[in-house]
Formats: sequence, structure tokens, C-alpha cells
Amino acid sequence: MADSVSSPSGQQDEGETRRDFLLVTTATVGVVGVALAAWPFIHSMNPAADTLAVATTGVDLAPIDPGQRITVMWRGKPVFISHRTEAEIEAARAAALGDLMHPEPDDARVVEPQWLVVVGVCTHLGCIPLGQRSGDPRGEYQGWFCPCHGSHYDTSGRIRRGPAPTNLEVPPYEFVDDTTIQIG
Amino acid sequence: MAEYTWKSPTVRWVDERMPVFTLMREHLVDYPSPKNLNYWWNFGSLAGIVLVIMIVTGIFLAMHYTAHVDHAFESVQRIMRDVNYGWLVRYIHMNGASFFFIVVYIHIFRGLYYGSYKPPRELLWMIGVIILLVMMATAFTGYVLPWGQMSFWGATVITSLFSAIPLVGDDIVVWLWGGFSVDNPTLNRFFALHYLMPFIIFALVFLHLWALHTKKSNNPLGIDIKGPQDTIPFSPYYTIKDLFGLGVLLIFFLGFSFFAPDFFGEPDNYMKADPLQTPAHIVPEWYFLPFYAILRAFTFDIWFLSAKLLGVIAMFGSILILLFLPWLDRSPVRSGRFRPVFKVFFWLFVLNCFVLGVVGGNPAEGFWIPLSQASTAYYFGYFLVILPLLGIFEKPLALPSSISEAVVSKGHSPVPEAAE
Ligand code: HEM
Ligand code: FES
Repeated sequence: MADSVSSPSGQQDEGETRRDFLLVTTATVGVVGVALAAWPFIHSMNPAADTLAVATTGVDLAPIDPGQRITVMWRGKPVFISHRTEAEIEAARAAALGDLMHPEPDDARVVEPQWLVVVGVCTHLGCIPLGQRSGDPRGEYQGWFCPCHGSHYDTSGRIRRGPAPTNLEVPPYEFVDDTTIQIG
Repeated sequence: MAEYTWKSPTVRWVDERMPVFTLMREHLVDYPSPKNLNYWWNFGSLAGIVLVIMIVTGIFLAMHYTAHVDHAFESVQRIMRDVNYGWLVRYIHMNGASFFFIVVYIHIFRGLYYGSYKPPRELLWMIGVIILLVMMATAFTGYVLPWGQMSFWGATVITSLFSAIPLVGDDIVVWLWGGFSVDNPTLNRFFALHYLMPFIIFALVFLHLWALHTKKSNNPLGIDIKGPQDTIPFSPYYTIKDLFGLGVLLIFFLGFSFFAPDFFGEPDNYMKADPLQTPAHIVPEWYFLPFYAILRAFTFDIWFLSAKLLGVIAMFGSILILLFLPWLDRSPVRSGRFRPVFKVFFWLFVLNCFVLGVVGGNPAEGFWIPLSQASTAYYFGYFLVILPLLGIFEKPLALPSSISEAVVSKGHSPVPEAAE
């Protein structure tokens, strides 16, 4: 390359090499430039700052009786909060890990055993599973049932039967005091 | 092409500087078309006309539509109740989407039966497949705009498909949404894309026609044009036939738009989107049902591939496989008329597509699951096993020696055999 660049345009094949070099260089810079310029446009489609800013939600747990379930919104998605009864906790703990499709022990999914907090979005294709309201079908494992393609979740929000690949997601949350949690 | 002198001085003035009129004449009037095209050849031009109808009605809808989660549903209801003839424009646009797919699906089956994808028309066929893909994306984004329950949940389920992609899937979904769920940013970009893509289709149609006019139309016999005796000019013969076909189409299209405008629709979409309440039974629009059935046919993992990922791959694969069809079907005979065995499997394939559609519209439980698996197997088997094998083992019937010979009835003056 160096030769051809230093030689004047005179000789034919050397001129070709030099031209090739310039062509390849220009094309490379062009492609890299376009790729770099594309990034701001691609990234502009990611969540904007204000969308990210409304990303925490505080919830007062005091009014929720045992056996009751409530739904709160977090990042535009429903979060299921279940005040579990002794029987429900027992059922969640009794399940042998080997029987689970996505093995996770119950105590790894809760901070306080009586409070289960999960994102209420089916991990299959994003429907809202039923089971929050009394009278809703809760599926074979008494947790939640997704009507879209028939996923059954247990009282720990773990997938037990159906096409969903993983357990209901546990969002990041912490207890601010005994009866208040902050999600996100 | 013979030199043509335009009579109007204005036309001549323009044409000398930019030969648009010559170009249009060459492609819309003089274009030599096979003599023997049957009514299945109407559907290409019908698709083009429906595309124009969609663009026109769409632009008028956009003048009254508001792409915001708080106003979209209400703005569409306003179009229906308060905007002068808004109901008409919207019903034509809604039913137009269905008729666009009816027409294009018939057009595709025509190509499948008469071997229009075979050499030298492979590229023409492939551009068609791309048009189908962009059409699907357009219809999908459009269906989200009225922000009803099916709009919202259809969008949620379909965009969530991308989460099946290993490693980057979840990030891609967040990127598509512009947030953590289908929400205002999603609606906005879907509107922008829904406005854009029909014009991309329009440009692709020009490429499609360019490829067509380079290699000329196939015909029901599937044999090559051998000379002028095999063809007639596009105008007036096929312009008038296409116009007649358009009349027939409009009877049905406008018949539905006026008398059964919600026949193809889902009642749930007259309820405003509620992110907390999934409808009991989510179904896509009818034209996506066969693909939806293929998506849900995978209820088992294979090796490291999850059922969800397999379903997604199969669904996209079921369309992308069409791109490879010219190399899967190696039989040198184009038209199904001369392929006795192919014919049987072809009609089974058509039937199977209807079965997939019915399966896709029913809940994925009970006997629907094995049925969806069997019909998915036939869908892929047709392309990957049956067509390649038929290319080797099938014994086609004798082909006529030329279009004109087959068309002109006995007793007419013999047509000179053109040298190839
Ligand atoms: C390839 C052509 C097109 C197809 C297949 C298509 C398809 C659709 C579909 C299926 C809907 C939902 C109808 C409903 O259920 O309400 C829709 C809505 C809509 N489309 Fe299109 N469309 C096309 C072209 C266009 C164009 C060019 C525009 C121009 C801006 C447009 C603007 C709209 C608007 C504003 C709506 C929302 C109002 C409504 O829901 O009726 N469309 N489209
Ligand atoms: S989305 Fe819940 S089972 Fe498919």
C-alpha cells in the first residue's frame, strides 16, 4: 500500500491499487459512519428519561387481609401482591423442586413469607393471569391461571403447567417499614 | 418497440424531455401478455387497486385520528359518529385490510399452482414475499391504532414473541415498546410506521412489476411465450378484463363495508384497551390465524430450544420458507395442470391452510393441539419433502408446443412455429 500511495498516478496497476485502497477506505469510513449515526436513532426508541423516572411505586400493605390479593401498577405493568394464608405458604413450600418447571424454592421468592409480590404478567406472551379477584379461576395449583394459552402458576407464582417458560418475575422491592413496601 | 408519435403537442413536449408517456404506453398498453390468462390472473391488479384504496382511506382517517393512549379510542369513535362520512372511510379501511389479504392470498395460491415462482421469475416471486411481510407488519400496526382491547392485547402478545430470542430478547421487547409495557410510546411509533409502510409497499410493487415486465407473465399452461402469435396487448384486452374483475370485487368489498362491516372484526375491539384485564380469548385478525396456529403448535422443547422459541421460529419460518421455494421445487414443469401428483398435494395444501386458520381461531387445548401439530407438519412437509421429491419422481403430462397452438381451436389457420 505504502508504495502505491507514494507513487504518482502514472503507472497503471499501481494506480489501480491506490484507487482500490481509497475506495475501500472511503467505503469503510462510510459504513462505520452510518453505523455510528444510526445509534442515536435506534436508542431514541428505548425508554425515555421520564418513562424511566416513574419507575418506583410505594404500597401500604396494612389494609390487605390474609387470603386477599391486590394489584398495583409499576412501570405500566400490574404487580400482584398476595397476602398468603398459612395453607398457601404450606402448599408453596411443600412442592418438591424436582417437580418444578423452573425450580426455585419458595423462600427465595419472598422477603416475608406471608407477602408474595410478583409482576402479574405471564412469562409466556404477556397476558395478565387470572386469580386476583374472588371467583377468578386460579388454575390447578391455586395460584394464577393464564387464560391465553393455559399456564398454571402456584401460590408462589411459579409456573407448574403450560407454555410459560419461567416463574412470574419477582420485582425488586424492600420493606420501608413493617407494612409498607417500595417496588423498584 | 415501435416508435410512437404522440398526437397532443403538450404530451409530446413532456415526453421528449422525460418519456413518462412512452413508459406508461409500453407497460400499460403495448405490454405483450399471453393470450390465455384466466381469471386467476386478475388478482395482481386487484391487489394494486386495493393498496391505493387503503392509502387514500388511511390518509383521510389520519386527518381525524389522535395517536395518544388517552385519545386514540375516542378519536376513532368520533370518526364513526361525528366526522362526516367518517364511518364510511373507516369501514372501507377496515374491510379493505381483509380484502387486501383475500386478494393477495389468492394471488399467491395462483403462483403456487401455476409455478410462477420458477425460473426465470424467482426474483419476482421473492419481491412478492417481501411485500407480504411488509403488508403483515402494516396490518398489525394498524390494528393497534384504534386502541381497543384486541389492539392492546394483540400488540402485547405479538411483541412479546421477541422475548423468546435468547440473551437479547427482553431488551428487544423493551426497545420495541419504548417502555416496560405496550403504552403511549408504542402507540406513537406504530402510527408512524403504519403511515410509512404502505408507501414502502408501493415502491416494492414497482420493483415487482419491473421484474414481471422483464421476464413477462406466466400463464395457465406454464410454457414460455414463443413469439407475437402467443400474445395480445395488455390494452384493451386485459385492462377491460381487470376492470370487470374490479367490479366483481367491489360488489363483495362494498357489500361487506355497507351491510356487514364488522363481519371480519372482533367485538372486543369496541372496548377500550385495559392493561389490567386480558380478554378471555385473544385472537388475531383472521388473516393471521394460520400463522398463529403454527406459533402455538409447539408445546414441547427440543434440545436447548424452548417451546416458545420454536413456535416463533416456525411462525416466521412459515413465511420465509416461501423465499426458498424456487429452489425447493425443482420440477421443470411450471403449471400444475400437467403435474398429476403435484395437483393432489397442492389442493391438500390449500385445504391444510384453511385447517390451520380454524385451529388458530380456537383455544389451544384438547384435540386442537395435535391437529395444529399435524397441519403444521403438513405445511412444512409440503415445501421441504413433497415438492423436492415430486421434482424427482413425478412424471408430468406432455406439454403443448405453444400457447397459440393450445388456444386456437382446431380448423383455424395454422400458426407458424416461431424459432426459439
Ligand atoms: C397497506 C395498506 C394498509 C393496510 C393493510 C392497513 C390496515 C389497517 C388496519 C387493519 C387498521 C385497523 C382497522 C380497525 O380495526 O379499526 C388500520 C387502521 C388505521 N390506518 Fe391503516 N392500513 C393501510 C394503509 C394506511 C395508510 C396509508 C394510512 C395513512 C396514514 C393508514 C392510516 C390508518 C389509521 C389512522 C388507522 C386508525 C383508524 C382506524 O382504526 O380505523 N392506513 N389500518
Ligand atoms: S400468555 Fe399466558 S399462557 Fe400464553
